Amino acid sequence: MINRRDFLKNTAIGIAGITLPLAAFEIIRPEKILANMSGTSKTRWVFLVDTYKCVGCGLCVKACKNENEIPYDANVTRTWVERYVITKDGKLHADTPKGARDGFTTSRIELGQGKYEEIRDEDIIKAFFVPKLCNQCENPPCVQVCPVGATYQVPDGVVLVDRKWCIGCGYCIMGCPYGVRFFHPKYHTAEKCNFCYHRITKGLKTACVSACPFGARQIGNLKDPGDPVTKVIMTERVGILKEEYGTKPQVFYLGLDREVK
Amino acid sequence: MKNHVLRPLYTVIGLVVIVLIVRVFYVPKDFGVHERGYMYGWYRESNIEDWKKFGVKYKFDGDYCSGCHPLNHENIMSSPHAIIPCEDCHGPALGHPDNPAKLAVERSRQHCLRCHARLPYPTSDRANIRGVNPDKHNPDVECVMCHNPHKPSLEGLK
Ligand code: HEC
Ligand code: HEC
Ligand code: HEC
Ligand code: HEC
Repeated sequence: MINRRDFLKNTAIGIAGITLPLAAFEIIRPEKILANMSGTSKTRWVFLVDTYKCVGCGLCVKACKNENEIPYDANVTRTWVERYVITKDGKLHADTPKGARDGFTTSRIELGQGKYEEIRDEDIIKAFFVPKLCNQCENPPCVQVCPVGATYQVPDGVVLVDRKWCIGCGYCIMGCPYGVRFFHPKYHTAEKCNFCYHRITKGLKTACVSACPFGARQIGNLKDPGDPVTKVIMTERVGILKEEYGTKPQVFYLGLDREVK
Repeated sequence: MKNHVLRPLYTVIGLVVIVLIVRVFYVPKDFGVHERGYMYGWYRESNIEDWKKFGVKYKFDGDYCSGCHPLNHENIMSSPHAIIPCEDCHGPALGHPDNPAKLAVERSRQHCLRCHARLPYPTSDRANIRGVNPDKHNPDVECVMCHNPHKPSLEGLK
């Protein structure tokens, strides 16, 4: 006889087993992305990252911290760059020293607590950099959990934080599956990337997009079919992070590897 | 009903009324449910304007600098460093030359090594940038003592 406990356990595992792989292998269909776009706004800000072009110089992180007044030496940042190195023994090595504020100037991998791992050049099979930033999700879990209405989605898709209204409870920081939120060291309120809202609404590009010498970062308007970013998202093979969470992230990646979380 | 039941009840009702009155004055008029409904669109609308007013610091306008620093501009445009915006090496320029009158000049080795520390990463464009080993390539001397950052030609070196 199967008891209640086992039944529930098996059902949960079974459902997780069926849904996870299906979601993980689903191909992003352009018409689905557009159908998701709610609202009357003529703009839906989206981001495109080309991981092949990123060289890990970290000039985007530096520019972001300066532009958005994030204390330079505090170990928090709105955007950061991760390094992934896969060696012949099949092992994955990943790090992001200081969020790559100073770039990657050595092949050693930072393990934390002052420890490093040496990687020999001849052992590397794959190695690349992945810039990360807020996904400005269409279904932002961080907004759902805010008890006071201090974080919200603007009709053009960007998720903002109201510093006057935020009570600093930290639910949103826990709620974000991508770990993009943190407490601002000076204001002690929730802080996150907002696509440089003060720049994009003036017709400028975000600081990180403009700072990148290699064109690895681009920002665009998904509701404008002529936008170069929209064209890439609609016609090329792009990936998004943690699709299985149903958050509908709006940062798209070219050359995403399954190792990237 | 007995007095000892009614009194606490009045107190509670009184408190609720006070909270409601305070709320009317404390919560701004523009706070409420907007386009995306209660789940995603419950906010203070004027905060959007607050964010739009946040100060811009970087110009990131290639042509802006060329008017007053034509030589640096000309040099860099004919070099492989043409792709690097001036402000990546000189810091945010809004207000310059009025305030700040001068911009920072980043001469550290670390700055050049962001791109030029050799990392042979086959699936990243990093592998295509000429790299040096920081520990072996003239350590302790600033790169710009030998290389012109605006015209990093290797001709004439050695
Ligand atoms: C309206 C003219 C003007 C423009 C435009 C301008 N500058 Fe300047 N810049 C100056 C002047 C004047 C100085 C001060 C020179 C001095 O005192 O030696 C200066 C100084 C500098 C210095 C410091 C030089 C030193 O010797 O310390 C840097 C670096 C610099 N500018 C970079 C830039 C960059 C980058 C831009 C574009 C974002 C720019 N400037 C745009 C006029 C200008
Ligand atoms: C790769 C980094 C880098 C970039 C990009 C760069 N600079 Fe410089 N710049 C430097 C460094 C380093 C020095 C100091 C050179 C020295 O000490 O010999 C300098 C010096 C200067 C100076 C003052 C001294 C001089 O040589 O005249 C000015 C003005 C200047 N840069 C303007 C510009 C402008 C304008 C641009 C964009 C067109 C630009 N720089 C792009 C790194 C850079
Ligand atoms: C944002 C990345 C970046 C930074 C920062 C940078 N460079 Fe470069 N550099 C490049 C690229 C890209 C090239 C062209 C590809 C190549 O030849 O390796 C290049 C080329 C060079 C070359 C070879 C020039 C030639 O004609 O072949 C030298 C030397 C050089 N850089 C020196 C420096 C120095 C010195 C600094 C610091 C002041 C510096 N670079 C900072 C990206 C960078
Ligand atoms: C003492 C002078 C000196 C210093 C300091 C110096 N270099 Fe060089 N560098 C040279 C000479 C000479 C060459 C060309 C001959 C060679 O390949 O060694 C060169 C070559 C290069 C090249 C081209 C390498 C290639 O494979 O073609 C790069 C890139 C470079 N240097 C970057 C840097 C960077 C970055 C720094 C600072 C961390 C730096 N250099 C410091 C003298 C110097």
